[in-house]
Amino acid sequence: MTVNGTEYAREVEPRLLLIHFLRDELGLTGSHWGCDTSNCGSCVVWLDERPVKACTVLAAMADGRSVRTVEDLERDGRLDPVQQGFVECHGLQCGFCTPGMMMTARWLLDHHPDPAEAEIREVISGQICRCTGYENIVRSIRWAAEHSGENP
Amino acid sequence: MHYMQVPSHVEYERATSVEHALSLLSRPDTRVLAGGHSLIPMMKLRLAQPEVLVDINDLAELSYIRLDGGQLRIGALARHADLLDSAVAGELFPIFHDAERVVADPIVRLWGTVGGSLCQADPSEDLSAVFAAARAVAVIRGQDGDREIPVRQFHLGPYETVIGPGELLAEVRVPVPVPAHGGAGSAYEKVARRVGDWSVAAVGAVLRLGKDHIQDAGIGLTAVGAEHFVAAEAEDFLRGRAPDGESFRAAGAIAAEHCHPVADQRGPEDYKRHLVAELTARALCHAAERASR
Repeated sequence: MTVNGTEYAREVEPRLLLIHFLRDELGLTGSHWGCDTSNCGSCVVWLDERPVKACTVLAAMADGRSVRTVEDLERDGRLDPVQQGFVECHGLQCGFCTPGMMMTARWLLDHHPDPAEAEIREVISGQICRCTGYENIVRSIRWAAEHSGENP
Repeated sequence: MHYMQVPSHVEYERATSVEHALSLLSRPDTRVLAGGHSLIPMMKLRLAQPEVLVDINDLAELSYIRLDGGQLRIGALARHADLLDSAVAGELFPIFHDAERVVADPIVRLWGTVGGSLCQADPSEDLSAVFAAARAVAVIRGQDGDREIPVRQFHLGPYETVIGPGELLAEVRVPVPVPAHGGAGSAYEKVARRVGDWSVAAVGAVLRLGKDHIQDAGIGLTAVGAEHFVAAEAEDFLRGRAPDGESFRAAGAIAAEHCHPVADQRGPEDYKRHLVAELTARALCHAAERASR
């Protein structure tokens, strides 16, 4: 599979979950392994351009496909506006849900560059943050919408 | 020490065509893997332990939603998000959009499939009642061809369907109502504790209206132990009656009386019956409003 633009070939057990493949086989520990029951969304990565909860996908299902993780948001030392937004608006406290939130936010903004607050709340509604009460996450994503295309 | 949930050993096969899938599925103890958002959690809990998984995600020929010959045809691999995004589905059957807005959460809806929901046959799953209300037909493909089974006969019980070894759900066909005078409408009303949770109870209604009476009503019930997910007695009651609040409330009371909810962490039995009565009346009212537009 291709992960963040790099091709990887590995022999894995069919039952290995994508989240464990990314973290344990490839060392990409940015994606977090949370509830393990597809409720919390801290493991969200992109599979073929769409967010997915990586605890509920087999690594084998991603064979021949393309995966994007939070490590790929920053390019050439520049933070993605979503990352910058989380910095500016204190979108994280403990940081556990953050990678999943940011991957979903990037996908939302790619498809709806100017989302209303309600749309932001809807798209992250399957992801759980126990620190922020979501308020600052919503603000962070709005910040990113308002600052997209700018050079940070 | 990891306390992770791991499925037991399983073989993985990826189908490259429907024919390939059917031949793989003729092996014993196989399960179809589509979105995986019900099956993989069940495998982690060892509630499902198939020998072989047949991944059908490459079968683009099963992923479509189109109007064809007076029927809305939904490929089994259409994702929940596809159904929610389908303008033709939403226009003909607003019940689909009502339901898809409350199936799981937006990320899960990108992967979970319409066919997978039906085949999972979870008693609390939303689309079984929705398709039962709409009197949809399941098209099951086998190596000897297709057979068509009404969704109202598709489920044999919890987590059990009529699909046999070597067969695959290919399509769901929904007859588009042709009303004589008064129009057709539909709606789905669900009460859940939070986003992504199963229903405490939910009700889907599909109405076909004549000039001043109900020609036909389809009522589907989710998570309350209704036989075939249907409120048949309430449907019979409504046929020929005036499409008004009084009829709809009476139908709700009948639906509540004839279903079989069980008390669990989502609520006691009497509360669920109360919800069935209330949500049935609401879904019917909403469907009638849409029919008269």
